[in-house]
Amino acid sequence: MTSAVSSGESITLKIDDKDISCRSGETILAVARENNIDIPTLCFMEGLSVWGGCRLCLVEVAGSPKLQAACATVCTEGMNVVTASPRLKEYRKMIVEMLFAERNHVCSVCVSNGHCELQDMAVKLEIDHVRFPYRYPHLQVDNSHDRARMDHNRCILCTRCVRVCAEIEGAHTKDVKGRGVLAAIIHDLDQPWGESETCTSCGKCVNVCPTGALTHRGTAVGEMQKKTDFLPYLTLMRRTES
Amino acid sequence: MKPEELTSMMEKARADMQAFDHHINVCTESGCISLQSDLLLKTLGDEVKHRGLTEKVCVKGVGCMGLCCNGPLVKANTTLYQNVKSEHAPAIVDSLSSQPVQELLCDTQQPFFTRQKLIVRENSGRVDPESLIDCIAHGAYQALLKVLTSMTPQQVIQEIADSGLRGRGGAGFPTGLKWATVAKAPGTRKYVICNGDEGDPGAFMDRSMMEGDPHRVLEGMAIAAYAVGAQQGVIYVRAEYPLAVKRLTKAINMAHRHDLIGHNIFGTKFDFNVEIRLGAGAFVCGEETALIASVEGKRGLPRPRPPYPANSGLFGCPTLINNVETYANIAPIINNGAASFAQIGTEKSKGTKIFALTGKIKNTGLIEVPMGIRLKDIIYDIAGGIPDGRAFKAVQTGGPSGGCIPADMLDITVDYESLTKAGSIMGSGGMIVMDETSNMVDVARFFMEFCMTESCGKCVPCRVGTYEMHELLDRIYEKRGTLDDLQLLKDLCGMVKQTSLCGLGQSAPNPVLSTLRYFEHEYLDLINQAQASEADRNAAAKGESIKLEVLS
Ligand SMILES: Cc1cc2nc3c(=O)[nH]c(=O)nc-3n(C[C@H](O)[C@H](O)[C@H](O)COP(=O)(O)O)c2cc1C
Ligand code: SF4
Ligand code: SF4
Repeated sequence: MTSAVSSGESITLKIDDKDISCRSGETILAVARENNIDIPTLCFMEGLSVWGGCRLCLVEVAGSPKLQAACATVCTEGMNVVTASPRLKEYRKMIVEMLFAERNHVCSVCVSNGHCELQDMAVKLEIDHVRFPYRYPHLQVDNSHDRARMDHNRCILCTRCVRVCAEIEGAHTKDVKGRGVLAAIIHDLDQPWGESETCTSCGKCVNVCPTGALTHRGTAVGEMQKKTDFLPYLTLMRRTES
Repeated sequence: MKPEELTSMMEKARADMQAFDHHINVCTESGCISLQSDLLLKTLGDEVKHRGLTEKVCVKGVGCMGLCCNGPLVKANTTLYQNVKSEHAPAIVDSLSSQPVQELLCDTQQPFFTRQKLIVRENSGRVDPESLIDCIAHGAYQALLKVLTSMTPQQVIQEIADSGLRGRGGAGFPTGLKWATVAKAPGTRKYVICNGDEGDPGAFMDRSMMEGDPHRVLEGMAIAAYAVGAQQGVIYVRAEYPLAVKRLTKAINMAHRHDLIGHNIFGTKFDFNVEIRLGAGAFVCGEETALIASVEGKRGLPRPRPPYPANSGLFGCPTLINNVETYANIAPIINNGAASFAQIGTEKSKGTKIFALTGKIKNTGLIEVPMGIRLKDIIYDIAGGIPDGRAFKAVQTGGPSGGCIPADMLDITVDYESLTKAGSIMGSGGMIVMDETSNMVDVARFFMEFCMTESCGKCVPCRVGTYEMHELLDRIYEKRGTLDDLQLLKDLCGMVKQTSLCGLGQSAPNPVLSTLRYFEHEYLDLINQAQASEADRNAAAKGESIKLEVLS
């Protein structure tokens, strides 16, 4: 299964000057959250495999010249972690600004307005403007599925939908094509979603999508709310069954 | 094959070789083939046949002799000829027993040849890469024999560690240490991978190694496999290197047929098999974790490290991954001993390094030089300086991950540390020389465009950051930039370097940073020009409106 079952050996470490103990095998992100230390994430989702792509959870680890992704770094004995230095805060802001500059995020006409993780992140990181040139790419809306809609203008390529579809639903309908800023989510062999032969129309991808990229059909501005509680439940059930 | 057989095969092949009165070697690597050296080889062969000299003259295709700009190169006994065409074949055959063909002569006493030190490439240009027998005649598989019959894996690792060899794929990680880590990693199934992806623009060292002496690469891999306890090897080559693929495939098949790879090599318990995997030409697939994903049949995306491939690599097994040139260094180290290798180079950078010289330089081609040589000696002595009476401006080492070194820094020595200190990196060995006609903002923009289109798109800082940096560079170069744009560019450089997931993003800002370090005035000039023309436009617009007022 996805999350490594920790071996139980006890470890002590410091996160933001707080003495913390955990079990070996646990990630910095998991331990921090257990201890009410907030590290921002967008691509991470409990129950799915670790991706490490959004880079918002980067933290400083004393003695390591490189910043470490909290979602992918396992705690070790005596580790000293800083989660919110001025430098980290600045980098996080820049990353979220870049996401806004990359595609066409127009909150005022978005079905997810008010229920969007990207928008919430901008608020949380106190972003007041975007300093980078906007790309304004011409992107499609895939309206071919009878229950859901994919708007590439609002996609941040976190690949949560790809992972939930492959790892939880087992359909692997979705994947990524292309490189760099031209990368995009596709269905099967880059067909319209509605023509996909593998999609079971389970709707899991819609619910894990952090933005208004994947939504239910028929929703209008601000009406789309995601339900993600199925995921911890499914993961737990499968773990106890196996 | 039994140990004695290799020796007897070598002796017989050498005797056969000596039975010829004359030898004609024709370069048949991609560079010279693009100038029809394959046709030349055939014409020379036919000429010899027509004159009934097949018993006396041996004509064969060989690997690169280095001076690619003057190709096709032909060596007739000890005489080197350049720019040879098929119509020269009769003259060359005539010359074997008389005077050399004057107009084709290539001076082998010029610094390009005399200042090189050939260890890795010692057999390149001497052996026929498609003939196992010829390679064996030149000593191939002797090191493997020595290792399997007289050394323990630990001794092999110690020997490599003592040599001071560092990875030639870019980062310069100590090879002995890497081997020891894989050897120690728990697991019964282990892999060795040869990284032949070579995606840097302007680099062709590894291609030449694979095309010119493939058995040396195989031998290095087999020794590594014995040392770390692996039975399976994978060579990852980009599909754009069809000749390398063809020769490697042939080499593997021949080595198999003679039991130099396969089961119970030299009658020992050591088994080793190799297969080739083709990459579809993505720069990021040279990054080790992306390469492994690609070999596994997945999309070639990097993943966070640790775990390092040494502990969890191909199919989750401990995996040794080294560069082509790193493997090609192994046989000479084993044959001549770690000490003789460690004598060459500087304190921390041992041995020799192959460089691919390209750009605005007289002698373009491949060179192998001892570490610690001055950059100046490479540029002016070996490479012959800048053509057309122009002035040298900068040399880019390390490709899109490296940096530009300006004229007043040419006294630095070529080793991992001093190149890093100068704001560049050793990289895999590409050297692109620029003269005074190059604009450094344009150079930075070129490399950023490369990184932007090669970014895999997995992580935000590299995916969007390279796009934004390219956009800003474009603005500045096209005289639309402002000082704010320059500051934003600098901020982005720092951020993308620190936050990207893999080496591609982490090093993508390097060409910008190094050109800013040495040539910031070129950025500022362009920005000033932009401001000046903006002021002009405003004045013109104002003039226009005044005129209109007068008219009305
Ligand atoms: C974007 C990127 C591209 C790379 N391309 C290559 C390559 O083409 N060939 C190579 O040998 N190493 C390449 N590397 C380095 C490899 O990840 C790895 O470090 C190397 O193969 C290890 O071999 P070495 O220890 O013998 O140098 C690349 C690294 C990055 C980050
Ligand atoms: S609806 Fe279900 S099966 Fe279809 S793409 Fe989404 S997650 Fe995959
Ligand atoms: S740094 Fe660039 S190439 Fe590397 S994982 Fe991130 S997006 Fe991909």
